[in-house]
Amino acid sequence: MIDSLVQPFIEFAFMRRALVGSLAISLTAPPIGVFLVLRRMSLMGDAMGHAILPGAAIGYLLAGLSLFAMSLGGFAAGLAVALAAGLVARSTVLREDASLAGFYLVSLALGVMLVSMRGSSVDLLHVLFGSVLALNDGALILIAAIASVSLVTLALLYRPLVLECFDPQFLRSVSPLSSPTHLVFLVLVVLNLVAGFQALGTLMAVGIMLLPAVAARFWSEDVGGMIAVAVVSAFGSSVTGLLVSYYVNVPTGPAVILACGAFYLLSMLVGVRGGVLWGLMPRKHLEA
Amino acid sequence: MRNRLLTLIAFAFIALSLSGGAQAADQADGKLKAVASFSILGDMVKNVGGDRVEVSTLVGPNGDAHLFSPTPADAKMLAGADIFFVNGLGFEGWMERLENASGFTGALVVTSGGVMPITMEEDDHHHEAEAADERGHVEHEAAEDHDADQIADPHAWQNLYNGEIYVRNIRDGLIAVDPEGKETYEANAETYLAAIEAEDKAVRAAIAKLPESRRKIITSHDAFGYFGNAYGLEIIAPTASTESEASAQDVAKIIRQIREEHIPAVFLENVTDRRLLDRIASETGAKVGGTLYSDALSDKDGPAPTYLDMFKHNVGALTAALSS
Repeated sequence: MIDSLVQPFIEFAFMRRALVGSLAISLTAPPIGVFLVLRRMSLMGDAMGHAILPGAAIGYLLAGLSLFAMSLGGFAAGLAVALAAGLVARSTVLREDASLAGFYLVSLALGVMLVSMRGSSVDLLHVLFGSVLALNDGALILIAAIASVSLVTLALLYRPLVLECFDPQFLRSVSPLSSPTHLVFLVLVVLNLVAGFQALGTLMAVGIMLLPAVAARFWSEDVGGMIAVAVVSAFGSSVTGLLVSYYVNVPTGPAVILACGAFYLLSMLVGVRGGVLWGLMPRKHLEA
Repeated sequence: MRNRLLTLIAFAFIALSLSGGAQAADQADGKLKAVASFSILGDMVKNVGGDRVEVSTLVGPNGDAHLFSPTPADAKMLAGADIFFVNGLGFEGWMERLENASGFTGALVVTSGGVMPITMEEDDHHHEAEAADERGHVEHEAAEDHDADQIADPHAWQNLYNGEIYVRNIRDGLIAVDPEGKETYEANAETYLAAIEAEDKAVRAAIAKLPESRRKIITSHDAFGYFGNAYGLEIIAPTASTESEASAQDVAKIIRQIREEHIPAVFLENVTDRRLLDRIASETGAKVGGTLYSDALSDKDGPAPTYLDMFKHNVGALTAALSS
């Protein structure tokens, strides 16, 4: 039994690389996802997947099918959208979800228009988005580097970040770190997403960022606990997804995310903090 | 305010009259307007139609017809056309909607009519090498897919014998719409058919020189089934179309097969992402043998700007990688 769990990784280098890549993304994306969930920005990942298109299109128009140019362009576009949305949310009557929706749609439309101007039907995003089974050295180094940078930055900014989630006005009143923290956080989000898209494809990048974080809410009530649960469940789901894809012959990205989803449903039912089934069980009456 | 309104109306008039003028100019030069669904068909139609036909193509060089999404400009181009050439066999998933949307009233020619299709299984992307096609045989079988798993392989043009069927269908289609040009079309078709036959002989000769154990290749999607069947090459691919995603089991099977059978080369295609194939190549030590042109021609300056050049290039790349 253990043998069959381990054997695919022994036999094939691409499985080992997929494992390492999944581990890297499981270390870096779920913590960011936890903060996104706490700040009610959960749909940002999906919006980002569309928002990077004009940057990638400009990269393509300038340099052809160069992955580096397109990723750089994508990162710039994603950052522009995220920062613009953040700025608008802080200084106008709009909240973050509305401002983000506005900007990412404009960005997407611009991207589609730019791509069609070139006239060819090369599906840009199809080329830009990678697959966990096709991780070359460059992609692995990219995710590993971003994981390192993100973890260190999150560690340094942990306290202002948590405070910003729960009481931004208080943070603004006692510290000048409020705005820079917010901005750095947005940079981290876009960095992780763009690197994730390039290495693993949109589904896995966004999915690993958000699903484990969402599930972790049912197991812990403090931020540190949520992050721990999210990271462990992300990696567990990745391994499960890889093995299922190997033995059952289904595409890997969806398999991993469905494994995350299964854990999410499980958490919702039996999670220690707020699992639905516990609420249905009869409890002891308080007695004097 | 009134000045702005007047200016706007003036601009609108100018724009409308300019576009009207452009259309009038189009209709003045008397050539037959043909639209081909993708670059390979476009090249064939140009060869048969010659100067009598003006050919536009929907999915251009290096474009992916599996993923093509038509734009209003395409619908407009089709609406003004006299004849529309499509491959058929399920290659153009977007065709019906485009026809309806554009209000196309011209002739539709399915160039694969009369071709005996091979089926591809959606689970097992394996084509066994069969004996070379019998050239006298044309059995009129419609594409059959009884199983959910079996679908017709649309890439029929990869067998030059089918290419000849395509050319004959194109010729007949053009004659039906433009009977005055009958002699021109027949003459052009004859010349082109002769060139295709010559290329077919050259391909068979080149493949025959390769030792039998080396006649296997890996490529990224099942576009070379007809080529493999006709010319005796075994083609293995992880996915059937550019739209689907590979599973870990698919990739593992291919790697195992390459290792067991010592398959020497892996080929990229001009329409798909190369990273998965690069990964397979570096894990097995197989060479990346170059780029093959499958579903689209290259640009004019590229190595495969016409249908016959595509074959020359592909066979050259194959023999170079497999004979070393």
